[in-house]
Amino acid sequence: MKYDVIIIGAGVSGCAAARELSRYQVKACVLEKEEDVCCGTSKANSAIVHAGYDAEEGSLMAKLNVEGNKMMPALAQELDFPFLQNGSLVVCTDEESRPGLDALYERGVKNGVEGLRIVERDELVRMEPNISDTAVAALYAPTAGIVCPFQLNIALAENANQNGVEFFFDTCVEGIEKLGAEGFRIHTSKGDYEARCVVNAAGVYADVIHNMVSENELHIIPRRGDYNLLDKTAGGHVKHTIFALPGKYGKGILVAPTVHGNLIVGPTAIDIEDKDGTNTTREGLDEVAEKCANTVKNVPLRQVITSFAGLRAHQPGHEFLIGELPEAPGFIDCAGIESPGLTSSPAIGVMVSEIVRDLLGLEKDPGFIGTRKGILNPEELTLEERNALIKEQPAYGNIICRCEMVTEGEILDAIHRPLGARSLDGVKRRTRAGMGRCQAGFCSPRTMEILARELGKDMSEITKAGGGSRIIVGVNKDRI
Amino acid sequence: MMKTYDIVIIGGGPAGLAAAVSARKSGIESILILERDKELGGILNQCIHNGFGLHTFKEELTGPEYAARFIRQAEDLKIEYKLHTMVMDISPDKVVTAMNREEGMFAIQAKAVILCMGCRERPRGALNIPGYRPAGIYSAGTAQRLVNREGFLPGREVVILGSGDIGLIMARRMTFEGAKVKVVAELMPYSGGLKRNIVQCLNDYDIPLKLSHTVVDIRGRERLTGVTIAAVDEKGKPIPGTEEDYDCDTLLLSCGLIPENELSRGAGVEMNPVTSGPVVNESLETSIEGVFACGNVLHVHDLVDFVSEEAAAAGRNAAAYVTGARKEAEGKIVRLNPTSGVRYTVPAFIRPDQMDDKLTVRFRVGGVYKNCSIGVYFGEEQVLRRKRPVVAPGEMEEIRLEKAKLLQYPDLDTITIKIEEA
Repeated sequence: MKYDVIIIGAGVSGCAAARELSRYQVKACVLEKEEDVCCGTSKANSAIVHAGYDAEEGSLMAKLNVEGNKMMPALAQELDFPFLQNGSLVVCTDEESRPGLDALYERGVKNGVEGLRIVERDELVRMEPNISDTAVAALYAPTAGIVCPFQLNIALAENANQNGVEFFFDTCVEGIEKLGAEGFRIHTSKGDYEARCVVNAAGVYADVIHNMVSENELHIIPRRGDYNLLDKTAGGHVKHTIFALPGKYGKGILVAPTVHGNLIVGPTAIDIEDKDGTNTTREGLDEVAEKCANTVKNVPLRQVITSFAGLRAHQPGHEFLIGELPEAPGFIDCAGIESPGLTSSPAIGVMVSEIVRDLLGLEKDPGFIGTRKGILNPEELTLEERNALIKEQPAYGNIICRCEMVTEGEILDAIHRPLGARSLDGVKRRTRAGMGRCQAGFCSPRTMEILARELGKDMSEITKAGGGSRIIVGVNKDRI
Repeated sequence: MMKTYDIVIIGGGPAGLAAAVSARKSGIESILILERDKELGGILNQCIHNGFGLHTFKEELTGPEYAARFIRQAEDLKIEYKLHTMVMDISPDKVVTAMNREEGMFAIQAKAVILCMGCRERPRGALNIPGYRPAGIYSAGTAQRLVNREGFLPGREVVILGSGDIGLIMARRMTFEGAKVKVVAELMPYSGGLKRNIVQCLNDYDIPLKLSHTVVDIRGRERLTGVTIAAVDEKGKPIPGTEEDYDCDTLLLSCGLIPENELSRGAGVEMNPVTSGPVVNESLETSIEGVFACGNVLHVHDLVDFVSEEAAAAGRNAAAYVTGARKEAEGKIVRLNPTSGVRYTVPAFIRPDQMDDKLTVRFRVGGVYKNCSIGVYFGEEQVLRRKRPVVAPGEMEEIRLEKAKLLQYPDLDTITIKIEEA
């Protein structure tokens, strides 16, 4: 199969690039080794839209962070995903470290972050009553926000797909052949694909893909972060995203509300070699529990509903590597996308699309549709609207996930929309069914039935997250 | 016009059914049960093992049989119910908002509400077990539904964490269905389940029970491939060097049940942090007048027979509240004080003038005590002392208080219940 451009990886960077490329008249596709979009780094992170004071002045990271931050509110409107500008506070807990806070402020100003100011303890306590008793001051960034990382990623993918970008799942890239002026032939687990341009947005695997076409080897280090997610009953513990000023405790643990009203606490930072090493550890979870108390007091850790670990695609230079490789013309790296990668993704998408546009001389597609509607949330309707909806589509009157109050109607939408859900986790990321306090104990058999019915599959074929993650292994007494 | 009912019962499981039957027998015509599932009976429908009804019916029934007895009574008494109906909200003034496919969202004004929502299982996340998050980890109840209702086998090589009754029952069930249950690990130095279940579900099938052990690692990227179990010290911390790896494709969790009180909290009902259920008085009435609670939503029971008994009392009391048969409370309150090994009591306090002639007080202990006695004190005076060879957290205890006796102590303000040396 021949394409103008192939994007490897359906994470947030790859999907942002796909969506921006779909503004042009181009034959493009995305190859993804997992069964769905948003299955790697993009699904397991802090879900923070950073203001942009962290990255080195003049770096690409700083530039794209600030640009991405500025694009996010409008993008959330266009693509209908949850985003909230709740502001962040970098908390300084000892007077000796105060110069560090001032330096961060200075850097933020130079990076073009708007509205930054230092708040002193009195004001800080008014803003966040649960702030640590040791807090002396904080850097307040009103432009920082929180986002649903799944929905951002899914929205970008759906919109790209709606505008003609094809997606191939369960398709693992195994080798890339250079074809000279013709471009590249990509060998995958599902056959060969050819393209004039290739975008490498493979996250923690970006080095593996890069090294298939380049002698200048890249090394991406999976940097594991363990997190705890707390029940919605704890979601109001803080209003802003609370960071610790890097200081005597190292790079601290953040405490933040999520857009859905939970509380997230994490991450740790452990460099590992295993690119699939997303296991939490006792040490990691204990570190999260211990260190969050440095900035926020009385975090109700008894209300943890789940723990998870994500891998940041760290590269030793700690800079985004985005650009065409001189040694492989037409091959564009989009590598080293670690924090603030989620924030930067809208800007990354634009940057990558412009590189490809210039290489291929692409023309704008007048038929491009820049908006997408998310899955309807019946809770946002008035009573009359909701009853009218149920009358028309009774599935919206049937609650499947009792913790998050997700209806069958929403799950049907998640399955049948473009690039729809095919697994329990796919449904979960799209609708939140199974994401609540009972962690799918109640709804998983029900959601499995709906998936089986709608996809015309047997119950035994339904997976948690594709591949070999089957829920059911047989029927009763089948080996007796 | 909003529909009105005298009594709206939230949940059509064993508690809801017994409460409804009892309220009807107490003369209430206008009763509505709201049930979210496709049939009445609640969790009993997936409990196909026997052992139910020994107290209530003096015979041994399966869960569905036990449920059917109450469902038949409810049908015979023509008690109204709605299935597939999720209650979304209960307001402090007893407006119940519910939703289903046919009627959409609708509101009902109730004179009295009986909370019968039952409980749910503690999930892996709340246990904070590190490791991967593959398929193959189920709460014991979810696995029970898959096996008993749908005929599916969730796995073949099984490790069970927690020795709650559902976990023990599932150890036997999975064995019957052709799975190999390798071990049951229990964090505490004692089992959380009934003694009879340990004997009949583990010992009879040579399934080892490892007390003071827990799962410290979970392996497998897609499907579970194994877990690591380690011994724990008296504080519950894993002891390094005691780790043992088990290859398995399934981990069942039976680590406690949590009363399902989101609706109660939404209504503003005062909660007891020990039981995670509402604080109730002798009438099983919550802090909101006319809102009653019974069964596992109030405190987790071991035996459904006692749920039925408690729910019948709640139904009677709700009926008395609605008909006005209940006399005005004088305001005198006697607090129950659980101490020295007794974790909580239901009820939490008694209004002597409102109590029945005999009142059952149920409670659990916080540890295993051998050759002890349960002591009940009216103020400083011991009024009851019952010798027990053993009491354990897995078995609910009860005592009976007599109204006539309480009335002999007009100045009484506290009844203390404690575990003492025999």
